[in-house]
Amino acid sequence: MIGNEIIEQAAYEVMCKAAIDIPDDYLGGIKGMVQREEGTLSCFVLRSMVENYEAASTDRRPMCADTGLPRYYVKVGNEARIGGGFVGVERALRSATARATHDVPLRPNRVHPLWRTDHDNNVGINAPEIEWSFEPDADWVEITTVHKGGLFGTDYRMLFPGDGIDGIKRFYLDTLVAFGKRGLACQPAIVGVGLGGSKDVSMVLGKQAACLRTVGDRHPDPRIAALELELKALGNDIGMGAMGFVGSSMVIDCHIEVGHTHTGGMPMSVHTFCLSSRRATARVGADGTIEPRTDPRWFTPYMRRETVEWTSEAQSARKSP
Amino acid sequence: MDGRSAELAQVDLRIPAAPEDLEKLAPGNVVYLDGMVYTAREGVYRKVLEEGAPLPDGLAAASNANFHCSPAAAREPDGTFNVGGVTATASFRFSKWMPRWFEVSGAKVVIGKGGMSGPDYREHFVPAGAVYLTTVGYGTGALLGRGIRRVHDVHWLDELGIAQAMWVFEVERFGPFLVDSDLAGNSLFEEQGRLVNENLDRVYAGLRPPALRRYGETDDREEELI
Ligand code: SF4
Repeated sequence: MIGNEIIEQAAYEVMCKAAIDIPDDYLGGIKGMVQREEGTLSCFVLRSMVENYEAASTDRRPMCADTGLPRYYVKVGNEARIGGGFVGVERALRSATARATHDVPLRPNRVHPLWRTDHDNNVGINAPEIEWSFEPDADWVEITTVHKGGLFGTDYRMLFPGDGIDGIKRFYLDTLVAFGKRGLACQPAIVGVGLGGSKDVSMVLGKQAACLRTVGDRHPDPRIAALELELKALGNDIGMGAMGFVGSSMVIDCHIEVGHTHTGGMPMSVHTFCLSSRRATARVGADGTIEPRTDPRWFTPYMRRETVEWTSEAQSARKSP
Repeated sequence: MDGRSAELAQVDLRIPAAPEDLEKLAPGNVVYLDGMVYTAREGVYRKVLEEGAPLPDGLAAASNANFHCSPAAAREPDGTFNVGGVTATASFRFSKWMPRWFEVSGAKVVIGKGGMSGPDYREHFVPAGAVYLTTVGYGTGALLGRGIRRVHDVHWLDELGIAQAMWVFEVERFGPFLVDSDLAGNSLFEEQGRLVNENLDRVYAGLRPPALRRYGETDDREEELI
């Protein structure tokens, strides 16, 4: 039985970690870009960012003072037993958010949309967002937090099948160029693309693709994986780097997630996970242990199942070479 | 590591900034600040410029550098403040308040994210003798947090909240910033934007527009969102 206190403790730990320590995969991507970037100004920006990540980790202070909108992704094993139930988990996550906001400190960004009232703890109506998913044959609970920054860098469009790959590329470029100018998107970014689903699911998938997959990870469908690499190269060929300065550092990686959609349409969303790509995950075991990591492993084979039945993690590992 | 960014000139600027020091700044210079810097954004602008609240005593003498930012700060039980990091917020939204703010506050250095438009610089900044510095990244909150020696004062905290209050910081080697607009209104973002735009037709070559347009959509790639 996994108790509420241990859920809250895990959530509090990942909240603190996410705000301060840049994930290794992202840092490695930026360091590679420093080597390749030929634009003087863009290169200066990247080098300053690397220094900034080091300062944040050494001083234990948030890497970016706009600590974004903290949110959670919870994956529950089908065999997990939770002492306080699901309501207990939601309460624990809200409490962890409020405590971490004071202790790190995080900026109390959450306000009422109309009255702008602020509880000073990043908790409010529908906030923090909590998204749930499930995993067969598992008895743990995994808690991922993402502190998503950026008022800029995301867009949605209804495309049609006839628009084809050209239409996808064009909308992708539109979004990167529009929000890349002056660096409004705080690029280089992990770009997430959501294709298909209903309109809202296209947005959700794109955001999860940006925030919950690591730099270097490829989609298991080889044709989608090829498109990811093509879009990454296209973004870095715009001629724009960090802060919209001349350069080539726009896209650290591109991730695409798909959902079956209406036969007449092809909804698409584009999301950028900024220079402060803050995410952290912890697995809470059935025995109450907390194991931290930076890869959320959100998109399991079960998450991407295509039809009524699914293959288990073990089966699909055996199948792939 | 690489040697490319070594080409950028570095300047240390004392605040309050003197006109002769500001004259030396050119777009693309890397700047570090020493002295006193205050935050002011829509909350403070409304309070002072629309409701007519007087500026805090002695502010104009202590600092002429207005930072568009909200700190990640928390109030400790003993009444002191723990400031973790500071990061600028996008400045273009404050355009309408700037001319009167320059008059009332005497600000000569505006620090923020992303710069303002060329016309803003030429119509409001140049006559006021003010420059614009942009933060870098823009996520260099930890580096900037290091540059804050202490919270000198905070005004309208209970009324405006942590994010919108006016924070007065004592800073030392506070940066890096990049000069966007110099005293003549030359803008680094404008110039770099022009260079990037020259490449865009090539990148878009052969990509047909989607079947369904969006209302108000344009294909003018020189356009900016701000
Ligand atoms: S977009 Fe990211 S890096 Fe930029 S200010 Fe927001 S949180 Fe910081």
